Amino acid sequence: MEKIFDRTGENAWCPGCGNIGLRNIMLSAMSELGLKQEEVVFVSGIGQAAKAPQYYNGSFFNGLHGRALPAAAGIKAANPNLKVIVESGDGDMYGEGGNHFLHAIRRNPDITVIAHNNMVYGLTKGQASPTSQEGMVTPIQVDGVFEEPLNPVALAIAMDAPFVARGSVGEMEKTKEIIKQAVMHRGFSLVDVFQACVSFNKINTHKWFREHTYIMEGHDPHDRQAALKKAMETGNMPLGILYMKEDRAVFEDKLAPYEKSKQPLYARHREFETVKKILAEKA
Amino acid sequence: MADKQAVIVLAGEAGQGIQSIESMLVGILKKDGFNVFATKEYMSRVRGGVNSTEIIISENPVRAFREKIDLFIPLNQNSIERLKGRISGETAILGDSTQVKHEKLINVPFQRIASEFGNVIFSNTVAVGSICGILGVNEEILYSHVKSKFTAKGDEIADKNLKAASSGYAIGRELKNNGIIKISVKKNSSIEGHLLLSGTDAIALGALSGGCDACFAYPMTPGSGVFTAMASMEHKAAIAVEQAEDEICAMNMALGASYAGASSMVSTSGGGFALMVEGLSLAGMIETPVVVHLAQRPGPATGLPTRSQQGDLNLAVYSGHGFFPRAIYAPGTVKEGFELAALAFETADKFQSPVFVLSDQYFVDSYYNMPISEFHEIKYEKHIIETKPGYKRYQLTRDGISPRGVPGFGSGFVCADSDEHDEEGRITEDLDGVRNSMVEKRMKKAALIKEAALEPVITGAKDYSRLIVSWGSNFNAIEEALSIVNDPKTAFVHFPQVYPLPKSTAEILAQAKEIIDIEQNETGQFADLIKLETGIDIKKRVLKYNGMPFSVEEIVKVLK
Repeated sequence: MEKIFDRTGENAWCPGCGNIGLRNIMLSAMSELGLKQEEVVFVSGIGQAAKAPQYYNGSFFNGLHGRALPAAAGIKAANPNLKVIVESGDGDMYGEGGNHFLHAIRRNPDITVIAHNNMVYGLTKGQASPTSQEGMVTPIQVDGVFEEPLNPVALAIAMDAPFVARGSVGEMEKTKEIIKQAVMHRGFSLVDVFQACVSFNKINTHKWFREHTYIMEGHDPHDRQAALKKAMETGNMPLGILYMKEDRAVFEDKLAPYEKSKQPLYARHREFETVKKILAEKA
Repeated sequence: MADKQAVIVLAGEAGQGIQSIESMLVGILKKDGFNVFATKEYMSRVRGGVNSTEIIISENPVRAFREKIDLFIPLNQNSIERLKGRISGETAILGDSTQVKHEKLINVPFQRIASEFGNVIFSNTVAVGSICGILGVNEEILYSHVKSKFTAKGDEIADKNLKAASSGYAIGRELKNNGIIKISVKKNSSIEGHLLLSGTDAIALGALSGGCDACFAYPMTPGSGVFTAMASMEHKAAIAVEQAEDEICAMNMALGASYAGASSMVSTSGGGFALMVEGLSLAGMIETPVVVHLAQRPGPATGLPTRSQQGDLNLAVYSGHGFFPRAIYAPGTVKEGFELAALAFETADKFQSPVFVLSDQYFVDSYYNMPISEFHEIKYEKHIIETKPGYKRYQLTRDGISPRGVPGFGSGFVCADSDEHDEEGRITEDLDGVRNSMVEKRMKKAALIKEAALEPVITGAKDYSRLIVSWGSNFNAIEEALSIVNDPKTAFVHFPQVYPLPKSTAEILAQAKEIIDIEQNETGQFADLIKLETGIDIKKRVLKYNGMPFSVEEIVKVLK
């Protein structure tokens, strides 16, 4: 199948980087879904993972570190017909963008978030990330990380995000299927994807992720309690769709311009009569 | 003899009902044919303290804060203490002697009368009635207004309020007839049908008129008023409105929306804007239009949250890392607020840059009457094109402006990157080639914005030797002071656009032998900006920074 979003050319990733594997998974998933280039917008913040949109043939908004989610919601507010896919790293999404992550889940725009989770900062060269495991020694955390790592999937389920899943670059086929479902799910969908940073994380390697994950079977993603329990598993961590919910109100559906029509804002024009009518009410 | 105007001041604790008295009274007075101006000063609290509202009625338009009080209605003792500096020998003080003590107090037992109708809650309506009696308001207008205000609460409540208003009115009329309170202001039949608009209304309606269809903010006084107004119109005018989790989100959401074709606005105040600054720089880099309504209040930090200052001009001019073009408008009147807010969108869209509407608490919270005929259509367009394959969002053009495409409209890719980028919008580190071209492109746009800068508004003597320089909400106070002093050699120049300054600035200033800068901040930020841009150093600076606006009387003193 032709991968229409594939853009050849050099990129800024290290040989063997998990981002490369995830990019391949994304390209396959998008072409299998039959997404059209002119209906998709990729959104990201800053970081090595956040460069992903640069390497696709498509429109993108590569904004500020941590601020991908507000921009993504803004894009849906202006044009609900666009498919918005956010790709960013664990520092971008859960560190600098942590507050936005919480509130984007509450707001629930119809976007898909692919979080490249390699448990370390890559672009700034090896500092701890919010998902770094306890004890990891870095140039900053010289005595090892003592903070409790953030558990993004458990957090998202606790906040009733309508689609929460975990993938791993080591499980290409499974992760591709998860991403396809996430993109098609209406509302905020999170796919936290384990991947290795070959330059700065010598603990959580490709091999480590293979040895510390397993593919879930027989789990009912509509059972929130079971989902939360699965999400809290450490040591050997489950891959797959942890949680799904179908009936949450979607942000852009609730915005006033789309009460009657899904026409994007760029195509509209407000007549002065509308302004004049409101002015006249001030008499 | 009739007075030109009367200044009425209501004061009391937060929660005592000052605002409901004000809104009833202003509506009634306007309806009865008085020109009205109202402004408020209040404390940052929900209960207690002292808040006050000033209402000026006049035969001819009066649109600025005055110090002197003609009729003072304190609802508690603290009000007298706090406002005593404004009480003169001519001030009539009207109040309930069970609540307030003053040697000159004209006692009206608001509470006892209200209790006669079953509840002290009606005492505000008694007060409204008595003020109407004193001012000779048409009784029918008072009653119809009271009735329409309270009908929704049931016939009984409406009826009791009517009786309360009537009792108050009788007392007021007696005070007038006996000559105890001598306030006589002529009505003006030409104001029939006039609108009552605040600075907040003006900016919100101007934004609508300029095509604003998305507004994101985090509540912060005094910027929230515009946000609230946009929300109140979201259904009528199809506006996407969302309360963000913080100002960082609001700004980035606005940029995401603009990128996809919305005309976005954020509304905030100093500290909130400080959080938006990173995003403002993004707007500059990705050449995405956004309008920032920045309602100033005194800083630093939380400062005086509910008060007024013109202290964030420097912040607006210099905010954001790196160089990028911007325009800053600062309205002086309600009409100008409407026009500049509309123009802000056109400028932002045309130059694909952030544009500020810089107001302040006094501006947004003051209102007055004016005819609807003063508001004209301001044509706008979004300057958006349909893209074709190979579209380049940052195409290098002669004037620095690239045709703006949005995703989903046409077959091209629309790429926005906060990194330095090539014409297509993709990250680059080509320093001598692309980087230089992109810096020069942004500088070209800055030059175009300067070229399009609005001309200053000059009033007073044509052949002036003395020139008053000011900006923003000081406009009406200076205008009124100027007409009171009526000096044949003095003119006043007001800058509706404070950045970049129009090229005529130096010439206008050079004509004067004496220049006086008037601003509401501690250093004279605008005078400093003028010095930077023109080399002209305005030495005489009249600066105020206690959080209250300039009064007409203060400016008169400066001019004399």
